[in-house]
Amino acid sequence: MKYHHLLLAAGALALGAQGATAQDLTVTSFGGAYGAAQQEHMIDPYVAATGTNILFEDYGGGVAEMKAQSESGNIQWDVVDIEVIDLERACSEGYVAVIDHSILPPGDDGTPAAEDFIPEALHECGVGNIVWSIIFAHSDDAYPDGGPQTIVDFFDTENFPGKRGLRKRPQVNMEWALMADGVAPEEVYEVLATEEGQQRAFDKLDTIKDDIVWYDSWSQAPVLLNDGGAQMVQSANGRIFAAIKDEGAPFTMIWDSHVYDLDVWAVMEGTEKMDTALDFIKSATMTIPLSGMQDVAYGPTRRSAQALLPEDIKQDLPTAHLDKGLKADGIFWADFGESLGEKFNEWLLQ
Amino acid sequence: MRAFPEYFTFWHIAGHYALRITAYIVLAFLILPILVIVPLSFNAEPFFTFTPGMLALDPEAYSLRWYNEIITDQKWTLAIWNSFVIGVAAAILATVLGTVAAVGLASPWMPFKRLITALLLSPMIVPLIIIAAGMFFFYTTFGLVGTYAGLIIAHAALGVPFVIITVTATLAGFDRTLFSAGLSLGASPVKVFWDVVIPLIRPGVISGGLFAFVTSFDEVVLVLFLAGPEQRTIPRQMFSGLREQINPTILAVATLLVILSIALLVTLEILRRRTERLRGSR
Amino acid sequence: MVKAHQHRLPPEDARNAAREVRARRLRAFLFVAPLLAFITFAFVAPIASMLFRSAYNPTVADLVPDSLQALADWDGEARPSDAALTQFAIDLKRLANDRTSGQLAEEVNRFLPGTSSVVKSTARQLRRVEDTTLADTGATLLLEANAAWSEPGIWRALRKAGQTYTSSYYLTALDLEQTRDGSIQQRDTKIYLQLYSKTLWMALIITLLTLILGYPLAFHMAHSSTSHANFLMVFVLLPFWTSLLVRTTSWIALLQTNGVVNSTLMALGLTGDPLEMLYTQFSTIIAMTHILLPFMVLPLYSVMRGIDPSYMRAAMSMGSRPIPAFLRIYLPMSLPGLSAGALLVFIISVGYYITPALVGGTDGQMISNIIAFHMQQSNNWELAAALGSLLLFLIVALYWLYDKFIGAGNIKLG
Repeated sequence: MKYHHLLLAAGALALGAQGATAQDLTVTSFGGAYGAAQQEHMIDPYVAATGTNILFEDYGGGVAEMKAQSESGNIQWDVVDIEVIDLERACSEGYVAVIDHSILPPGDDGTPAAEDFIPEALHECGVGNIVWSIIFAHSDDAYPDGGPQTIVDFFDTENFPGKRGLRKRPQVNMEWALMADGVAPEEVYEVLATEEGQQRAFDKLDTIKDDIVWYDSWSQAPVLLNDGGAQMVQSANGRIFAAIKDEGAPFTMIWDSHVYDLDVWAVMEGTEKMDTALDFIKSATMTIPLSGMQDVAYGPTRRSAQALLPEDIKQDLPTAHLDKGLKADGIFWADFGESLGEKFNEWLLQ
Repeated sequence: MRAFPEYFTFWHIAGHYALRITAYIVLAFLILPILVIVPLSFNAEPFFTFTPGMLALDPEAYSLRWYNEIITDQKWTLAIWNSFVIGVAAAILATVLGTVAAVGLASPWMPFKRLITALLLSPMIVPLIIIAAGMFFFYTTFGLVGTYAGLIIAHAALGVPFVIITVTATLAGFDRTLFSAGLSLGASPVKVFWDVVIPLIRPGVISGGLFAFVTSFDEVVLVLFLAGPEQRTIPRQMFSGLREQINPTILAVATLLVILSIALLVTLEILRRRTERLRGSR
Repeated sequence: MVKAHQHRLPPEDARNAAREVRARRLRAFLFVAPLLAFITFAFVAPIASMLFRSAYNPTVADLVPDSLQALADWDGEARPSDAALTQFAIDLKRLANDRTSGQLAEEVNRFLPGTSSVVKSTARQLRRVEDTTLADTGATLLLEANAAWSEPGIWRALRKAGQTYTSSYYLTALDLEQTRDGSIQQRDTKIYLQLYSKTLWMALIITLLTLILGYPLAFHMAHSSTSHANFLMVFVLLPFWTSLLVRTTSWIALLQTNGVVNSTLMALGLTGDPLEMLYTQFSTIIAMTHILLPFMVLPLYSVMRGIDPSYMRAAMSMGSRPIPAFLRIYLPMSLPGLSAGALLVFIISVGYYITPALVGGTDGQMISNIIAFHMQQSNNWELAAALGSLLLFLIVALYWLYDKFIGAGNIKLG
């Protein structure tokens, strides 16, 4: 073989790499059962209709990756599915772009978008996707005589021994710790804004620290319960729902002190594919795609989509349990996410 | 039973066998963990564990579904394509630059030889996380993060030391008078390089190139920091799979990679034997 | 050498000889030059930029230059002047509307933990205030937004964050801090030193384990017949050539709660409940020992292969017992391979990232993982750079010591 041919080949390969795999749009979301539902109801129809090539990536939530892209100027994602708990921060810090809601199409019943979406769903930087909830679930096999029923039980390692799977971040864990310690849901964020309140939450978490299994992404929660890595886990409600429904997993969901939140579609600030990204969001948040999210027990954020839900699914949606829950406070976490995140990591290393 | 020298006592012999057994246990420790994933990759269930059906050798408990997943999942096909493109391009870049440089380094006239050699080999001892952080800072200013070019350059830098080492080793057995002879016959240094030096050191060059390819093919830390979603490679895909959603597709990929490394090992062994034959040594 | 001959040669010849030498040196150098340029760009410059980054951070100085100017002659004791406060309120509103107030909050928070929420919530409140109102009553509004602005501490933190060149990241990386009078003291929480010592400790254990496992294997291989040794070598080289991710995957399959090891132990009745092995320090150490073992075996083998077994035989035939004979004769002869293997394994494990990240859980994390954490999660790139620089100094020092006492030439790749 002549060596300069190799050089040419290398050049050709490098060029081919650019040409053959250029993606039209990179969309990130949380993977697992939820990702599969989005793939089916939002991604696939859009790809079929427009021929746009979509790279559908998983990520674990949080703002760190967006921040790194934004601060280094390498914008690699285009559209992100983001929890409102993180959205407020991503928006006020300029990682995601401001979206003009007038571009959104009306609902299938003709209601204009501004009225069709529930109010919280139209955020300065995002367009509502689902209403969902962070609950905990336990494995029936681990507790044959009845498992934990309340958030107090979750923190009670004496009566309910076993590993607890929690997502590795302060969000929701701090709220749960305070509620388990007797703080009323409506006072949780007030208490958490004080130094003493934060210490109180850490002290409560300390009581179960040795029994905690930390995980990084929602899709791990049902896996942990299934593989025996944990006997109870914090999870997005849809993941446990899907595991019970699709695989007949012996899990029980507990709605006590659940923390409910919205998930929205947002666009990375500085992406070169702004138009395609907005076009995708328009399509993904129409009535029919949104109503598909009931597959994983998440409530759609358009009233016209809610109307399409079958009766029997409704008791599995977070909206049926709002009285037992706490609304996640995006503004609180925008202000405190960073400093509490830092304290949380120091606490982890102690 | 082999014969032992007569001054050997019982303890000598016991020690001899103990050593032998230890050596085989260590070999088992080296190899068994790699082999255990092969049967698991044919699991019909989405778990990393042997199901009762698998242990009973029930054919129903085995399936090729995870291999099918590799072919049908766009993320895996993209990752495989990326791994080969980046690996081959980085290996070629490292091999071309490294081979030419090794010839220079082998010259007795080379100035600052020790310093320059140390510099060129240093990517081998600096921890990847440090290289990755540094490259992230520096490549950002040139817009190289999230591009194929950036990854190819980064991986080529990691592969260079291996090329230098293997080519220098073959050059050590190379008779430098051949170079001078070529020059004295009126050929240009470049022509002598292509027509005389390269054919003689070819096995070293190829094994250096293979080392460089494997280095890139296996590398994940730099990919984690420098690649965008479009440049995800096989190890990167495995890494996120192991972190986020463990399923046996990873085991199927791992099995294929084991087969690939066996093929590489055989190739390298053939090359090594050729070098020895060419040099007429041993 | 050329000089020594000079007085014997006619000046013309000497000049020609010197020119010839220069030409040859240049020619040799030209062969190396392309690679040298490449490595300088692709590798050396990135390392240099990391070292630079660890002491250089212009973010705050770029974000609020006017406020820093206004704070320049503040004594650092009482609350700064109303003019300075107003200037800062104006700056903060501008940042809030540019959506860059988060960056400022993050930087100041590093010097006074808890400040980020103060900055962010104040920025949120000032965002809608009219410019003219702000120019008149900025100081009052700032204090109304959050009482923390009346404390001098937060302003000292701001001023400190405004320094473009700083040693503070190195201090943090060493669990130190600078007090107000400029002296340096230990921080209350010791995170990083603990992590460094844990990393070194784990690397040491891994090195010892690879040595204990690798030495008998290499010995056995080195003193087998060539064909047998080559056959056994396949079992060492196959793991060596197998992807690191594959080997880590194997250990996950082996060690997880319902994994192969636990199933076997339970089937044998050795344990009733599955042991927790994955996501611990134990799993990190065992997986890394497996992964790094070939790096110990290969140099040991190549040195041992060159040791003539007749020395040992001679000693033993003269009545020396095996262990003293081994310690006094064989061990010293195998030392070059042993030290090369140990250095390789130790250096590689100190900087290891992937395996601890995947199987380490919380207590199996090493220094590389915290560097990655600050690069990717907390986005404190300067601290990551400082931690990385310290790690780099450590490794260069180890390597230098090794080269000085043993000689780096012993390191071979199989």
